[in-house]
Amino acid sequence: MDILNALVAILNFVVIPAASYGAQLALGALGVTLIYGILRFSNFAHGDTMAFGTALVILVTWGLQAIGIDLGPVPTALLALPIGIALCSVFVLGTDRTVYRFYRRKRSDPIILVMASVGVMFIMNGLTRLVIGVDEIRFDDGARFLVSVQQFRAWTGLSEGLSLRVSQAITLAVTALACWALFRFLSRSRAGKAMRAYSDNEDLALLSGIDPERVVRLTWIIATALAVTAGTLYGLDKSFKAFNYFQILLPIFAAAIVGGLGNPLGAVAGGFIVAFSEVAVTYPWKKIANYLGFQPEGLLQLLSTEYKFAVSFVILIVVLLFRPTGLFRGKSV
Amino acid sequence: MTEPYLSATDMHGGYGKADILNGCTLTVDKGQIAVIVGPNGAGKSTAMKAVFGMLNLREGRVTLGGEDITALTPQERVRKGMGFVPQTHNIFPTMTVEENLEMGAFIREDDFRDTMAQVYELFPAVADKRKQNAGELSGGQRQQVAVGRALMTKPSLLMLDEPTAGVSPIVMDELFDRIIEVARTGISILMVEQNARQALEIADIGYVLVQGANRYTDSGQALLADPEVRRTFLGG
Ligand SMILES: Nc1ncnc2c1ncn2[C@@H]1O[C@H](COP(=O)(O)OP(=O)(O)O)[C@@H](O)[C@H]1O
Ligand SMILES: [Mg+2]
Repeated sequence: MDILNALVAILNFVVIPAASYGAQLALGALGVTLIYGILRFSNFAHGDTMAFGTALVILVTWGLQAIGIDLGPVPTALLALPIGIALCSVFVLGTDRTVYRFYRRKRSDPIILVMASVGVMFIMNGLTRLVIGVDEIRFDDGARFLVSVQQFRAWTGLSEGLSLRVSQAITLAVTALACWALFRFLSRSRAGKAMRAYSDNEDLALLSGIDPERVVRLTWIIATALAVTAGTLYGLDKSFKAFNYFQILLPIFAAAIVGGLGNPLGAVAGGFIVAFSEVAVTYPWKKIANYLGFQPEGLLQLLSTEYKFAVSFVILIVVLLFRPTGLFRGKSV
Repeated sequence: MTEPYLSATDMHGGYGKADILNGCTLTVDKGQIAVIVGPNGAGKSTAMKAVFGMLNLREGRVTLGGEDITALTPQERVRKGMGFVPQTHNIFPTMTVEENLEMGAFIREDDFRDTMAQVYELFPAVADKRKQNAGELSGGQRQQVAVGRALMTKPSLLMLDEPTAGVSPIVMDELFDRIIEVARTGISILMVEQNARQALEIADIGYVLVQGANRYTDSGQALLADPEVRRTFLGG
């Protein structure tokens, strides 16, 4: 019986939260890795693209709610998401036109593009605060739980409870759908193959008649769609706060680098690796040890949650030291 | 006398201030094999890039089938019937063999399955690995994929920059046989080769390039027989 309780506790406090957080990181890392593969630089503005896009989604959500539209148990934000993606893509394509294209034409070094993206990051950061403010915003209307602790206890008779929030279930479902669509697009469609060809060998892609500007535009749009989706899911799960999106840039880059920059499959795996490590290291395992018959002295928590970003740092350093191209053989950083 | 199919005359130009090409002239007739040999750094690859439009010429002109194409971009030249296999980085390594060929046919709007079947017929070894990533193949097979990719546009002129670099002598002979086969179908070949002796054997016309200019120009057999060429460029 206690083994069961231990399993339920692990599911409830480690597996479910880490899986939904990992899915959000995976979506973010996919965008970072696509931009790195095609445009050949690390986009520091990616976190603030998530924030800005999510702010737009929230504004549209409020608009929809004001005219009385909602999705019942499902958050209205999901309806607002495509509109937010479209608006944010227009803005991001604008940054490409006004900033990145200039350096691309000059064939500038990647580090110059990285620095340009830091500039774009500050602008988007400021814009987000102007548009929606700095306060914490909750925008997850609809039902809160798919399975609540009380329900779970009543069904199973176990003392340990388990809950699955609607936002977590939606995160997992939307991420699975987005990954499936993206990988299908990259492996089957003509435009997706052109993107991979351009990422593999830019000059040969040119000789083959692939239009680089089209590939670049498509990449920005896909990366933005992934970023806004990730940002919205993260906001639904945790609440929206502009600064948080700047902070999760670190685990997102860690995920992309662990998986191998430029490798989409690696980005997804990296997202889950980082999330599971972070949650496992900051979770107090005492309760589970108790269920298994141990009586540990402390909380069995390796790191307090304030230091969770250290986990990303450590993972990053270890990977860069021992396998700089990442676990899935991406480009060397 | 009619003009040769490809004629690149009196090319001058380079990457920066200094010229690499100093009056280089290359011509190929329909279905002929032209071979460029010469020491390292002579400008052979540069001459190929110039013919393909990847280098701005300061002087000289390039015509294909009588049409002046000097001002065209490489992509436009592909549409005019030129195919180019660069010396290095000539495949998409993380894409499958089949996808490499598809990318070669990217500009084609029509059904290219026939062409793909022909390429597989020409290179049976890569046909067996069509679902494998091109980057995982052996050097010789990679070169075959690279040549196959360039053939996908059904070019009338195929340009090859050192197609046998880094492959074993057996694979080299095999590749040369395939290239002769391609030429027999009426495609003109312009090829740079390090293995000068073997390449000149199959050449209708040979160019010895030194410091960006033609040093010797003659039929392949005549160059092989020339004691001066033998002594200085073919190692005796
Ligand atoms: N991309 C480039 N930029 C500047 N100089 C180059 C470039 N490629 C080649 N060169 C120079 O041009 C000269 C001829 O090179 P190349 O055409 O590659 O010779 P080959 O193919 O005959 O060995 C060399 O001196 C080389 O250093
Ligand atoms: Mg060369």
